[in-house]
Amino acid sequence: MVRFEEVALRYGVGPDVLNGVSFHLEPGSFHFVTGPSGAGKSSLLRLMYLAHRPSEGRISLFGRGVESLSRRESALLRRRIGVVFQDFRLLPHLSALENVALPLRVAGQPDDKIVTHVSELLSWVGLAEHLDALPDTLSGGQQQRVAIARAVIGRPSLLIADEPTGNVDDRIAVRLLYLFEELNKLGTTVVIATHNEGLVTQFSHPVLKIHESEIEILPPQAIGLDARPKGSAA
Amino acid sequence: MLGYASDLPLDRDASVRFLPWLVAFMVYLAALSATAALTMNKVVMRWDQGLAGRLTIQVPPPAPGQAGPTRQQRVDAVIDLLLHTEGVRDVRLLSDSDIADLLEPWLGDGILEQNLPLPALVAVVLDDEQGPTPALLAERLDAAVPGTVVDDHQRWLGDLFDLARTVETIASLVVVAVGLTAVVTVVFVTRTGLSVHRPVIDLLHLIGAQDSYIARQFEAHAMRLGLLGGIIGVLLAIASVALIGHLLTRSESGLLPDLSLAPLEWILLLLLPLGTAAIAMVTARLTVLLSLARLP
Repeated sequence: MVRFEEVALRYGVGPDVLNGVSFHLEPGSFHFVTGPSGAGKSSLLRLMYLAHRPSEGRISLFGRGVESLSRRESALLRRRIGVVFQDFRLLPHLSALENVALPLRVAGQPDDKIVTHVSELLSWVGLAEHLDALPDTLSGGQQQRVAIARAVIGRPSLLIADEPTGNVDDRIAVRLLYLFEELNKLGTTVVIATHNEGLVTQFSHPVLKIHESEIEILPPQAIGLDARPKGSAA
Repeated sequence: MLGYASDLPLDRDASVRFLPWLVAFMVYLAALSATAALTMNKVVMRWDQGLAGRLTIQVPPPAPGQAGPTRQQRVDAVIDLLLHTEGVRDVRLLSDSDIADLLEPWLGDGILEQNLPLPALVAVVLDDEQGPTPALLAERLDAAVPGTVVDDHQRWLGDLFDLARTVETIASLVVVAVGLTAVVTVVFVTRTGLSVHRPVIDLLHLIGAQDSYIARQFEAHAMRLGLLGGIIGVLLAIASVALIGHLLTRSESGLLPDLSLAPLEWILLLLLPLGTAAIAMVTARLTVLLSLARLP
């Protein structure tokens, strides 16, 4: 599903943000990405959702090497990836419903189906009363739920979420994690970057731990132990 | 619900305010230029058709003190020769008062009283098919009545044709320049839009939008503005043409052209907004596709 081989990433002539990163995420897996602030969690996710290309190494998604993708192929591949951005990136001039509808519109689905599906999903995340609300009129938590709804509305094969529970209370955070688990049970590969150690502990999934530009995969039971990174791990 | 047409808030750009008026002004210029060229062409064609087969023969009076035939004898000889020439359909001697009227704009009133040595003028109409050529007729007349001049109006018409061609060329250049300016303006506006809305475009790309999806939003926006500008420009042009036409009609001058357009020309004029909309649409689409293709 997702394969990194000796991947390095640097911005311009700066130092390596990631270095020698290798791992493979099986289809249908569920992983957390953890690490201190500035460790490169968001950069790792940006490589996964094709916002960046690696400076070195090779990345393949769904069995395709990303370096050889045309613009059209990249677009089609991105439709199989749902992304929850850390800063939500909602379009301020569109309503909650229209924001969530974007992936379906982009994929060319008919409006009547879009409205039905999007309304149901927004109701499920507790925003039934806010379908026509503009993002600026919603709270941070509500905006985050809109962003999550937008990421999952297209039933993606790969769901990537960058701090998806950062602006919601624990009750909503747990509810959202259950949503991600439900998607995972339906076959979606899930990768979630989070600072929330409690969630990582509560939902027993493997962890990609980033430390000093390198990455280590820890099994679920390793959480809470002194799991210092030991260089790149595959 | 899904009441929006565009993911990109292009309707809030400054271009919405100025582009239609810019297009309107350019369409207005193009429409007036094209109308001027058409009118000039029609005037020349009308004069050319009106003068086809028509000659004016000048019979100068004999030089003072010169022996030989008098003015009247020379005129009679010319008319006699013309009446006996095959292919000459009509011969009419202009009266002295007609000549005085023709010369009045240059020489003023009372020409006849001044005893000026005016030439006699004979208006001749030739048969289209059988008439002699002006050159042959001039040769015969000069042999019979030396000094006779045959004017087939071609020199004057030639100057008019040159003028008409120049006006047409200038009008065509204006239309081309206006079209190019419109294209450059749309390119500039589209690139500005791409720059302003780059974050939204990046987001659309990340959720799987292809370049053509984004281009469609820009082209629809440019088409609407181009159509609106075209309609405004054509309406202003029609009003101007109607006003000028009215003033020309009121002047009742035979020399000034009328600005009546043929049905096909009206249709072409009314189709101009569709043309501007199409140009704006295609330009915006190509600009977006070429610009996005350069992105990493």
